[in-house]
Amino acid sequence: MDTFQLIILLLDATLRTSTPLILAALAGMFSERSGTINLALEGMMLGGAFSAAAVAFYVGSPWVGLLAAIATTIALSLLHGFACITHKGNQVVSGMAINILMSGLTALVGIALFAQGGKTPALDKGSRFQPITFPGADAVQDVPVLGLIYSELLSGHNILVYVAFLAVPAAWWVMYRTRFGLRLRAVGENPGAVDTAGIGVVAMRYRAVICSGVLVGMSGAYLSTAQGASFLQDMTAGKGYIALAAMVFGKWRPFPALAACLLFGFLDAAATRLQGVVLPGIGEVPVQLVQALPYILTVILLAGFIGRAIPPKALGRAYVKER
Amino acid sequence: MHQMHGAGETGAVQPAIELRGIDKRFGAVHANKEIDLKVDKGTIHGIVGENGAGKSTLMSILYGFYQADAGTIHVDGKLCEINGSEDAIAVGIGMVHQHFMLVETFSVLENVILGVEGGAVLRDGVEKAREELKRLEREYSLNIDPDAIVGDLSVGLQQRVEILKALYRGAEILILDEPTGVLTPQEADHLFRILDTLKEQGKTVVLITHKLREIMAATDNVSVMRQGAMVAHRKTAETSPEELSELMVGRKVLLRLEKGESNPAATVLKVDNLCVDNAQGVRKVKNATFTVRAGEIVGIAGVSGNGQSELLEALGGIRSASEGTVELNRQDVTAGKGVDAAELRRRGVAHVPEDRHRMAMVTAFSAKEAAILGYEDDPAYQKGGLLDWDAISAATANMMSEFDVRPDNPDLKAANFSGGNQQKLVLAREIMRDPELLLVGQPTRGVDIGAIEFIHKRIVAMRDAGKAVLLVSVELDEIMSLADRILVMCDGAIIGEVAASEANERVLGLMMAGVDPNEAKAAEGQA
Repeated sequence: MDTFQLIILLLDATLRTSTPLILAALAGMFSERSGTINLALEGMMLGGAFSAAAVAFYVGSPWVGLLAAIATTIALSLLHGFACITHKGNQVVSGMAINILMSGLTALVGIALFAQGGKTPALDKGSRFQPITFPGADAVQDVPVLGLIYSELLSGHNILVYVAFLAVPAAWWVMYRTRFGLRLRAVGENPGAVDTAGIGVVAMRYRAVICSGVLVGMSGAYLSTAQGASFLQDMTAGKGYIALAAMVFGKWRPFPALAACLLFGFLDAAATRLQGVVLPGIGEVPVQLVQALPYILTVILLAGFIGRAIPPKALGRAYVKER
Repeated sequence: MHQMHGAGETGAVQPAIELRGIDKRFGAVHANKEIDLKVDKGTIHGIVGENGAGKSTLMSILYGFYQADAGTIHVDGKLCEINGSEDAIAVGIGMVHQHFMLVETFSVLENVILGVEGGAVLRDGVEKAREELKRLEREYSLNIDPDAIVGDLSVGLQQRVEILKALYRGAEILILDEPTGVLTPQEADHLFRILDTLKEQGKTVVLITHKLREIMAATDNVSVMRQGAMVAHRKTAETSPEELSELMVGRKVLLRLEKGESNPAATVLKVDNLCVDNAQGVRKVKNATFTVRAGEIVGIAGVSGNGQSELLEALGGIRSASEGTVELNRQDVTAGKGVDAAELRRRGVAHVPEDRHRMAMVTAFSAKEAAILGYEDDPAYQKGGLLDWDAISAATANMMSEFDVRPDNPDLKAANFSGGNQQKLVLAREIMRDPELLLVGQPTRGVDIGAIEFIHKRIVAMRDAGKAVLLVSVELDEIMSLADRILVMCDGAIIGEVAASEANERVLGLMMAGVDPNEAKAAEGQA
């Protein structure tokens, strides 16, 4: 295998590994831009993944599974909103509570339903999202350079990968070019300004967490019905937190967050590829180090190399009218 | 200062706003008692009262932020149900809040259209809004770039954005809540000119303030509130500051502080090239150099946020100095080199911080606990390694009688005292230790007029007892009546010094805006 082919394969894997991160990072962005900290991404992703796999297994359609995942994550978002927005609870605690709850609940329900130690049964082809082959992809496969880019890198992914990448400009447009986005950003910066402008702060924040729920639901469904073929216990393995880190890394903006997700996705893909590979002069690459890189990078880069990441001003603060 | 308007031009017909029997309680607090108010169309109407008199509550009811327990609101003669700011906007009421309701990361245009975007996609409404803004700016000479980011604008300009917001929403009645608290005198004058233009265009302005000077200068009519009740309505031309302050307080008050000449002796505090950075590493105090002698009050004037707070905190030992030295009686006490607030207190520096609730006391504590904060290690308060509550109670009772703290109950929770009484307790705690140097910031912020008089007298008494006093205040009146020498800070630097006898508001105002003192005095000479 030549180097070019290796790079294409690595990038191809990067697209697949970064897809759930992109969807979840955008989900986090919608929630946090409106002032609600969303540490619950991890747990919501897990809940979405479980619902998608379980429903897809019973119904035999990945689309119904996807809807189930989104319904689950919207419900969890509303729960988070009920604690944080309506009852002004601690947003970090509520988020962590959802994470812990979902880690246990998915396993519990999984065992009760399927008795496979927390897993869901393997999905057949028709119950999963299948790769979409672009027209002529096979024909151009042997054209040097461009052929491989088209057939391997761009073509042959499942629908959710394309949705994730299209969701980034869409989120940008909603955030910066619509009335909804303007109000959403305003409510995360100064809810008082929104209130005195005659817009309901609470309703606005709920709408933001519902958007967050839709996106993170897709991210969960991707894990169990597109990338994988069943739900595994704790299969998110920290992806929710990585997505959150990517969002902070991207300063709560869609395109920089996309770049961060691609970087983290690339490191993930590289870690798999580099497993057991002996590099000249270095020796065998310690896989654990590569796996830890996203976290290490986040800490180091946030500590000063990318400039200060300024969060939305009202992030984490429930809105209370002053007397 | 701005010229007074004749009351003759305000012969109005239908009141723009009429409030009848407005009543509001917050738990045990009766914030508004059966308030009646008429505001004539096309006038500037002032509402004065001490802090806590219920002015802001009343205006919040008018703007729909709270709902009254009883009473009715009539706008242009029509009964209105105002249940939220959207209702207030709909009947043409706009409000400029004391704390601006602006999104700092947004542009002026975005702030203005928030809530009235004119379509689900911004592009549709933005161009129309831009045209309308241009028209409004021309009409009222507001001088604002619609694409400027609000966070980059000065406070004066941010306030104009708030006015623009109200006008854009078609406000015919504009309420301004303590609008000049954060402005330089020049900015305040500019604001009053804008309000005049608004009046000429037939708008009605309600101005809420506790500054009598502004009422006298800017309004046509004035209503006075005291302890939640409306106590008087006057035509501004037919009243005086003395009468208004008496109405506000309910007894005669001395507006002008009587104090003798100062007798400065040896230098107590010597500050040399002091630089202080904030937590973000931004230099907030730049090469401050000055002295304070025994027997004088040195005042530091400046618009809030120009480094005075950081300077005071560094001198008080709660913020490290980055460069420069501070000497107390020729001994190095620069904060950060093993010198902290406790050490400074041991050496005779008393510090009354600017923010009473955040730094001077714990409001959840009882008065006696609050009265020993920072001095709890004093052997007089200790018995066998434990706190001697009998001695503490006695000491607190002594402070309370000496400083006229009411009610004089050492066991009452600090939060249950009024602002003025809390401040008197803090001052008692610091002054009764008989310090060499008193650092005092915003001594009368949120304090009623009666207590202001008392606090000012005690500070002057400190000076007359031969102590050094450094006073930081954003209230120019306070600085001018208390200080013997005035230093003006702008953007972290001490712009210059003016003797109190030569100081006036115009010169200080120009210096606060960063104008060189010599130029400021020259400009004053020409004026």
